[in-house]
Amino acid sequence: MTPMSNVSVTKDAAPAAEDLVVLKNVDKHFGALHVLQDINLTIGRGEVVVVIGPSGSGKSTLCRTINRLETIDSGTITIDGKPLPAEGKELARLRADVGMVFQSFNLFAHKTVLENVMLGQIKVRGVDKKAAEEKARSLLDRVGVATQADKYPAQLSGGQQQRVAIARALAMDPKVMLFDEPTSALDPEMINEVLEVMQQLAQNGMTMVVVTHEMGFARSAANRVVFMADGRIVEEATPDQFFSNPRSDRAKDFLSKILHH
Amino acid sequence: MFDFLESGQYDVLGAFWVTVQLTFYSAIGSLIWGTVLAAMRVSPVPLMRTFGTVYVHVVRNTPLTVIVMAASLGLFQTLGITLTGSDDFEVIGFRLAVLSLIAYHATFVCEALRSGINTVPVGQAEAARALGLNFSQVLSLIVLPQAFRAVVTPLANVLIALTKNTTVAAAIGVAEAALLMKEMIETESDAIFLVSAMFAFGFVVLTLPTGMLLGWVSKRVAVKR
Repeated sequence: MTPMSNVSVTKDAAPAAEDLVVLKNVDKHFGALHVLQDINLTIGRGEVVVVIGPSGSGKSTLCRTINRLETIDSGTITIDGKPLPAEGKELARLRADVGMVFQSFNLFAHKTVLENVMLGQIKVRGVDKKAAEEKARSLLDRVGVATQADKYPAQLSGGQQQRVAIARALAMDPKVMLFDEPTSALDPEMINEVLEVMQQLAQNGMTMVVVTHEMGFARSAANRVVFMADGRIVEEATPDQFFSNPRSDRAKDFLSKILHH
Repeated sequence: MFDFLESGQYDVLGAFWVTVQLTFYSAIGSLIWGTVLAAMRVSPVPLMRTFGTVYVHVVRNTPLTVIVMAASLGLFQTLGITLTGSDDFEVIGFRLAVLSLIAYHATFVCEALRSGINTVPVGQAEAARALGLNFSQVLSLIVLPQAFRAVVTPLANVLIALTKNTTVAAAIGVAEAALLMKEMIETESDAIFLVSAMFAFGFVVLTLPTGMLLGWVSKRVAVKR
């Protein structure tokens, strides 16, 4: 791994007024690999932060630490002013407030689409069945898969499954939504239908952390782009600044490889 | 040919009915205790994991006859534990046999189920945790239902083995099929092949439909991914 301790993080975009997710001095190792190195990141309420970077840069891991699907070695993470609990009831309660969308959808394979969206409401929020179903149906309608409600996940296309997964997360009324490469497992023709749903969410003021390779989405929907490489945040900027005038060599190199085709 | 049956001194159907009862109660008990053991073996609590592991390895590797004898000689005759208020030896023997069969076969249920848990992708549990479900909810609502669907066939194997293993209860005098067979072999020694074939056929009648039914169930409930 290249030592980058002297590279300072360039910050051009100031976080919004009210901090919702705050990561301070977060470090994590996978064995010998120092996958997150001294991460400091603040996400304001209503802000859309897109995390980009080369494979293995730690961006997915960063995303997963925010609801503690990955533990951290040191540092602190607070959500809405409360530090992330280590385990147990407190952690479950916090996770209910943090929506997560996975690369591989992870819809519950033995439950119908409708049941997938109802489950969390009933078992975690204690909502009664009728109200849960009503909400589930309206959310499925919102993401455009209302007609698939009674099918099983395996009967849906990838794009449809991912939209159901978004509806499932939204059903919990999360404070923040985490997207871990939501379009990376999709056929190209299905990417847009998922991105459109995410655009809508962003416009409606949802706080979002999006790990993605979709530069188009980053340009159009993000308030801020966070560029990671080798476990560090190398650059934070508005999309315009980042894409037209990246500061760090690492970002310039990365962009030159993925843009201008 | 079957004239030895006409004397009316052998209650073959009655003996097989005891076998069915032994199988039924032991199967339900093993399924429950086996599921609990599997939950222990995947639990985040080290003490539970250790207990589950040690239990499975010790009991699975002990001959069933030893377990049944230990229940009868140890629990009942030494410690006076009867599992029932009555002092009817028939009832006491039956209950001790069921206890032993559960203790033994639960280990196989546990291990089958654990291999089923391994077929459930990690992402399923992660998605469930991300929704805010706690450990027991993740296990009971998401992981175990999918694990069970994956292991219907191996569980059918356990059930078939269990049906045949009920014959060990004869060792402590439970009046099931094998005990009657032993008796008939002694008294009808000129018809040994016939007696053996009859009991073999009886067990096939019990186990063959079980295997076929569960084979069908296994296809019906399979989770499509």
